[in-house]
Amino acid sequence: MDKMPKWADVVLIPLISLILAAILSALVILGIGEDPVAAVKLMVSGALGSTYGWGYTLYYATNFVFTGLAVAVAFHARLFNIGGEGQAMLGGLGVAMVCLYVPWPHWSIALLAAMAAAMVFGAAWAAIPAYLQAKRGSHIVITTIMFNFIAAAFLNYMLVNVMRPEGSMDPATERFPEAVHLPTLHELLAPIGISFSKAAPANVSFLVAILACFVVWALIWRTRLGYEIRAYGHSETGALYAGISPVRITIVTMLISGALAGLMAINNVMGEAERLVLNSTEGAGFIGIAVALMGRSHPFGVFLAALLFGFLYQGGAELALWTSIPRELIVVIQALVILFTGALDNMVRMPLEKLFLSLRKGSA
Amino acid sequence: MDFLTLIQIFDSTIRLATPLLLACLAGLYSERAGIFDIGLEGKMLMSAFFSAAVAAVTGSVWLGLLAGIASSLLLAGLHGLASITFRGNQLISGVAINFLAAGMTVLIAQDWFQQGGRTPSLFGGARFEPIDWPFAEALSGVPVVGPIYSELLSGHSVLVYIAFLAVPATWWVLYRTRFGLRLRAVGENPAAVDTAGVSVVGLRYAAVAICGVLCGIAGAYLATALQAGFVKDMTAGRGFIALAALIFAKWRPWHAMWACLLFGLLQAVALRFQNIDLGGVVIPVQAMDALPYILTVVILAGFVGKAIPPKAGGEPYVKER
Repeated sequence: MDKMPKWADVVLIPLISLILAAILSALVILGIGEDPVAAVKLMVSGALGSTYGWGYTLYYATNFVFTGLAVAVAFHARLFNIGGEGQAMLGGLGVAMVCLYVPWPHWSIALLAAMAAAMVFGAAWAAIPAYLQAKRGSHIVITTIMFNFIAAAFLNYMLVNVMRPEGSMDPATERFPEAVHLPTLHELLAPIGISFSKAAPANVSFLVAILACFVVWALIWRTRLGYEIRAYGHSETGALYAGISPVRITIVTMLISGALAGLMAINNVMGEAERLVLNSTEGAGFIGIAVALMGRSHPFGVFLAALLFGFLYQGGAELALWTSIPRELIVVIQALVILFTGALDNMVRMPLEKLFLSLRKGSA
Repeated sequence: MDFLTLIQIFDSTIRLATPLLLACLAGLYSERAGIFDIGLEGKMLMSAFFSAAVAAVTGSVWLGLLAGIASSLLLAGLHGLASITFRGNQLISGVAINFLAAGMTVLIAQDWFQQGGRTPSLFGGARFEPIDWPFAEALSGVPVVGPIYSELLSGHSVLVYIAFLAVPATWWVLYRTRFGLRLRAVGENPAAVDTAGVSVVGLRYAAVAICGVLCGIAGAYLATALQAGFVKDMTAGRGFIALAALIFAKWRPWHAMWACLLFGLLQAVALRFQNIDLGGVVIPVQAMDALPYILTVVILAGFVGKAIPPKAGGEPYVKER
């Protein structure tokens, strides 16, 4: 018998964790002598009050959907992929190569090729930690952390020594050709008569992100592989008994996870910057952890959590612009969300379970 | 490369290895007791800020050190609460602590000092000054031994010597005391420790607290000895290099020292030479940056001796099922 109804597990616990994180964040804002209510108002108007704000919110959310799904898929197999950051960096490298070195006739074909490259590069970066975990038992968390740093050094090398155009001091690639420019929401919505901010970076990748949510949902809950991933995540011995190969599941899950993280690059590299710069990921790989935890590893939850973090990111940028609250406030909120929904989950869960048990006894 | 250059590189190796060593030993206590800690980075960063901030305000580096240790202990307590008391995921808790430190330090620094997330520069009594060993000046003229004595060994801050003395101390505590035996046992088989009537929770909290103190010293060293003040994200991945060194050393104190010296040497070389030309083959500086991580992956892969972590590491202990 479950200790709690399912809705409490799926909705109530994340909600309480979120409220706790919000209360502590408000205390932090109070502590540095600012008004939390005014801060929230400013964040809401800055992130959701205009199509410009929405454009940025959705742009950030697109990044977080991809990295959140990456972490979530790995969570289903009880693997903690902390290497989304490095995998997304490598995805960016793949996108940059496809966009720079192949003359594409139209953005749609270029997008498909870039997606393929981003996924292959991201998956490749996850492949070695996956292999080492599956075959040699090296802890995947440690290896993926190490691979984040190796990716940063590798990208630094590629941008400074190989891909930097002649005569440029900036460690970045050339601008991608005009033909691979992805349509922004402004360009997509204009033909159907909706006016959307021209300056905002949200682009067609947002639709790809929504599609990715559906694909991951179908993969996890509607395919044989998804069943095996979940079975393996629930009980390794049980899965083994059922003839599921732990080596295969570990590697395949990590490849999918890495591919999803890499896929983020179509948004930030191809859609926004239109060239590959240093630190193009801006920590989105790590936010994926918070997003996956809050979204309870379900694609729909991940989508909602990504929207929330998109809002926080854009709202935080506005705060930094108009008040003396630095952008790092968002990092604190992110930390609190990870803390409450991830590490201190039991702190919220234990009293709730007791409460529901006593309620059930009372009614029975 | 002449002898003096070599001495200078080794000297800078010792300086750069010190924060790694302190953090590495911190991780060693925690992980030997079965608590994984990827939040070393965050604890160091928190301590770096509070030690610099308090030293800047009071003008006393010792008060700064205390404040740094206290702030690091606070985060260690949080990690303990999450991973021991509430039996949460230790890795996720570590991630949260790293972000908490990265955000809070800048937030508070901006609020207190309004200098874009840094503290004012420290000088005089607000910094740890180098300690000159007796006769360092007089002996510096003696060939070979002189520079080694006066440049390499003498002239570091007190925290450097504390860090290196902590290595035999850790060895002694772990392998020669009852506490150490129990600490190692609780990381391998907590149920056995529990059966013997020793508190698993108490031991693990003690280990996490020691980890907090050592990370605190490491952070204070960064901000008040190695550099003169706190700047945003000043730990720059050192906590993770320390973690790498810990794995490299297979969770043993003396090996930890050598691993930290090796990684410190890599940093010192990368700092001094940008690209290294080895007879036509140029090693880019980025390869030097990545080398500690690559070495760790190789060690973890078990191709060069297998790194086996403490058996109960990462597993919350549940007394009864």
